[in-house]
Amino acid sequence: MATLQVELVAVERKIWSGEATMVIARTTEGELGILPGHAPLLGELAGGGVVTIRTDSGEDVVVAAHGGFLSVTERGVSILAETAEIAGEIDVERAREALRRAEGDGDDPEAVDAARRAQSRLRAAGQSA
Amino acid sequence: MAASLRALRRRIRSTQSTKKIFSAQELIAGARIVRAQARVEASKPYAREITRVLSALASSASLDHPLLTERENPKRAAVLVITSDRGFAGSYNVNVLRRTEELLALLRQEGKEPVLYVVGRKGETYYSFRDREMAATFTGFSEQPGYEDAQAVGSELIDVFTAGEDDEDGDAGADGILGVDELHIVYTEFRSLLSQVPVAKRMAPLEVEEVEEFDYEREDRESGQTGDSGVPTSYEFEPSAEGLLDALLPKYVTTRIYAAMLEAAASESASRRRAMKSASDNAEELAKNLSRQANQARQAEITQEISEIVGGSDALVSAGAGD
Repeated sequence: MATLQVELVAVERKIWSGEATMVIARTTEGELGILPGHAPLLGELAGGGVVTIRTDSGEDVVVAAHGGFLSVTERGVSILAETAEIAGEIDVERAREALRRAEGDGDDPEAVDAARRAQSRLRAAGQSA
Repeated sequence: MAASLRALRRRIRSTQSTKKIFSAQELIAGARIVRAQARVEASKPYAREITRVLSALASSASLDHPLLTERENPKRAAVLVITSDRGFAGSYNVNVLRRTEELLALLRQEGKEPVLYVVGRKGETYYSFRDREMAATFTGFSEQPGYEDAQAVGSELIDVFTAGEDDEDGDAGADGILGVDELHIVYTEFRSLLSQVPVAKRMAPLEVEEVEEFDYEREDRESGQTGDSGVPTSYEFEPSAEGLLDALLPKYVTTRIYAAMLEAAASESASRRRAMKSASDNAEELAKNLSRQANQARQAEITQEISEIVGGSDALVSAGAGD
């Protein structure tokens, strides 16, 4: 069965790479599922989004990816994120705390950005945000 | 004589304790280089991917973006200088600042007014001591820069660059902010442990050749993939190609600043280690010479004491014999 070669890189390090059967992400245009053989695509990930990578062993790798891009080529899928965290590594308490703090800060762009980041972390960890 | 021996011993002790400080610094710097190099490596996949995406975008979309277009009649140019926060790094800062001066002179020659943005306390002190105006300074992270630091610097520079779009002959233009027409960066490139070279590069307007030269094709060859680089792929874009370019270019600039900061941090630690190594070698040499002198002084003292005793007893003997 065909697989996708997926690379998930954050600015400071490579987060995950390997074979996958499907990648689910949300771009600014909407939810998107990518299967092997997808047409080449460049997309901007929506803020506060979650990327799900279904590996060839059937597991789901859920990642909170913030501020990034998605590029699909014949070779595979690359996901570029400014910050990204795998669900298992997310500290739910800290994300909640960050969200509370960011929401308390009102409307300035940085606070909104921080709130989105916290939301994506919570969503990836399977919590309601 | 006794006094000079004591002075020598004191100097030996102080030389030895400074030597301890130097070699501790050397070890710390050594450990930091390894970490800094690891971070440079870790940041490469992202830089490579974003370059690849940008090149793909560049080949498909019409490249009409303020960050890419050369401005007619550029008047002001921002120069970002990356120096260190702490000294004890040999000629590291001097070299970067000298390279900066060269660039500033060149810009002035071309009729552009340079505007300084400084990273690192050493650069800040250098310019404030000379009463030179700096538009902004960023300090406190030169040894271990994080991406947030690069973002802070990047957004400031991109803002001022965007503000410069409508400037007219030194007038602030419609938005009332005096911006810049070019962005330059001066940092120290880490070539190897022994060689770090200060380089000056232009960041904006970006040249697409520059993007492509960013050796992503070589990466392809190295990884043995021929991929799609021969035939231009037609991409679908979400949102539009222009929208993507808008979102991507500032990130790309920030990535380049981040990469420069990481390289500079590695270079800083490497220079510091070298400087500290030669300092501790010198201290050792000095301690050795001083202890030679001290030994000589001690021997001279003993010889003198013996000859005094012998002389004294001789005098006593001859006095006794005279009775």
